[in-house]
Amino acid sequence: MEPFSPFSSTVVPLCADDVDTDQIIPARFLKVTDKAGLGRRLFADWRYDEAGNPKSDFVLNDPAVQGAQVLLARDNFGCGSSREHAPWALMDWGLRAVVAVSFADIFRNNALKNGLLPIAVDEPTYARLRDAVLADPGARVGVDLESQSLTLPDGDTARFPVDPFAKKCLLSGMDQLGYLLSFEEAIARHEAERGKSGAKSS
Amino acid sequence: MTKTLVDKVWDRHLVAQEPECPAVLYIDLHLIHEVTSPQAFSGLKARGLGVRRPDRTIATMDHSTPTIPGGLKVVDGAARAQLDTLAENCREHGIRLYELGGEQQGIVHVIGPELGLTQPGMTIVCGDSHTSTHGAFGALAFGIGTSEVEHVLATQCLLQSKPKTYRVNFEGRPAPGVAAKDMILALIAKIGTGGGTGHVFEYTGEAIRSLGMEGRMTICNMSIEAGARAGVMAPDDTTFEYIAGREFAPQGEAWEAALADWRALPTDDGAAFDSEVTVDVSSLEPMITFGTNPGMGIPISAPVPDPDAAGDASARASLKKALEYMELAPGKPLLGRDIDVVFIGSCTNSRIQDLREAAGILEGRKVAPGVRALVVPGSQEVKRQAEAEGLDRIFAAAGAEWRESGCSMCIAMNGDELSPGQYAVSTSNRNFEGRQGKGGRTFLASPLTAAASAVSGRVADVRTLAG
Ligand code: SF4
Repeated sequence: MEPFSPFSSTVVPLCADDVDTDQIIPARFLKVTDKAGLGRRLFADWRYDEAGNPKSDFVLNDPAVQGAQVLLARDNFGCGSSREHAPWALMDWGLRAVVAVSFADIFRNNALKNGLLPIAVDEPTYARLRDAVLADPGARVGVDLESQSLTLPDGDTARFPVDPFAKKCLLSGMDQLGYLLSFEEAIARHEAERGKSGAKSS
Repeated sequence: MTKTLVDKVWDRHLVAQEPECPAVLYIDLHLIHEVTSPQAFSGLKARGLGVRRPDRTIATMDHSTPTIPGGLKVVDGAARAQLDTLAENCREHGIRLYELGGEQQGIVHVIGPELGLTQPGMTIVCGDSHTSTHGAFGALAFGIGTSEVEHVLATQCLLQSKPKTYRVNFEGRPAPGVAAKDMILALIAKIGTGGGTGHVFEYTGEAIRSLGMEGRMTICNMSIEAGARAGVMAPDDTTFEYIAGREFAPQGEAWEAALADWRALPTDDGAAFDSEVTVDVSSLEPMITFGTNPGMGIPISAPVPDPDAAGDASARASLKKALEYMELAPGKPLLGRDIDVVFIGSCTNSRIQDLREAAGILEGRKVAPGVRALVVPGSQEVKRQAEAEGLDRIFAAAGAEWRESGCSMCIAMNGDELSPGQYAVSTSNRNFEGRQGKGGRTFLASPLTAAASAVSGRVADVRTLAG
């Protein structure tokens, strides 16, 4: 994985609560055996009409947001299924961070494993960012993982929490499987001990 | 020191814990299916890794498999490719596969318990959020993403930070017509779809203890709909009776040893929880959802909420958007509203007890003209059992479709789907926009409510169903 570097970007103001994974990528597009190309299906049912044409009133079809790397949503982003296709689709479209008031657990986990940064902000910060972006679609935010700070369009910064381990992995580009594999000895010991103690598993 | 059930299972499986790092947690049982595993196997291959414990990995085909009676015709080439990929990966790595057409095939969360694979005190994961179902047995069971599926295949371990605990106390006994599904829908309506975020629920109380395993699984299944990572229940004699004699259950001396071990699992008296909530079950009515997330639920006789009366601007906007999608007027009851489809199935409500309840309502009655009713057993085993009891004939006589086992219209990947604009009463777990087919609208409810609605042709209250 590429190390996560600071960047600045315009913002897609989706601004909805409880955006579930069936909206991020509908289930009928999960019949794939690789990860590529899912960006075309991102928010498919909000984005395209019956005939498959882009709906002009959906934010992702707004010419002003093309090329944006940050998505703005509100409470409980990514609730629903465990499909990792959700972060894959968001990233394939070009996003590198999602700013929201809160995230669903599995989504947050999946996002971090793929280098998509979930940035949780408080309600007033959310509202400020939303107002700024709605007033000026060209407004930019800065994302710096090292200092865990989000620079708002007016220059103020908001700190955001990140799990320290996920942060280390993202900054160094280290992948989590590599870390797990380094425990081979401890895993083998655990298996041997549990087998002996008769603690029944399978 | 007093410990919760979650603490005990956690401690037994802790392989390592470094400062500022998540725990390395050993996984006893890894369930996989066709949709969320292909990229994990490709990842393994790319790194030149194998599957560490194929003996602890079990595969099933369920999500995109057809449920047309007697037919195995897969919906499309993409689904076929996914199924073939799973079969190929299982062959290559020596993983037991319950494949399409096999006698033990079924929805992953139905067959795990049914085969006796799911046992108290285990850690269980699957690339599917409803893995929480297995918590009904006192197992710690999480849904994971595909990267984590790869991690577990390679190391039999998962990186996890220790979840907080949340005690959900279901007090009192339910009135007739009120089922496990109503209990969990009431909880989600109460605490919201994000209410359990970061937590594992432990369900306690008289109403849980008096439930059978099917009802307990229904409740644990939907823990994720309240945002919780998992849901657990203390194993007891009901649990042990269910497991005894199943194919992968311990036998003979091993059974006695296992029992002694399992009896030590329940939460110690006085153990503390990070959060707590109590639901008074005796005052519950059958529940139904009206909106586009599982937290938008109401007692069946209540009116659809008015967005203008909602707390803050954002809640108002969500409700308004949901009602627009559902084409429902605020302030009017859902009861009596015409429906097009009834779906009885999914890992929430497709077990034998669910089908018995539905059949009890449909017996001697007819599905209303113009309504399509599908009954989709959770597994081939459930199907055989139902047929042995004559339930299939009751469904057929009522005019309902009796299908092969699978996820079916819960996720609408296999061709079983709603048409745009249709209304369905569904026993599944998600009512998100388009979940059951693009443009389809879902009311989540219990098998009793679903069957009563099928007969009435509209949203119905099972307690007042005419003879
Ligand atoms: S029945 Fe529905 S919720 Fe359950 S595993 Fe299948 S798709 Fe997922």
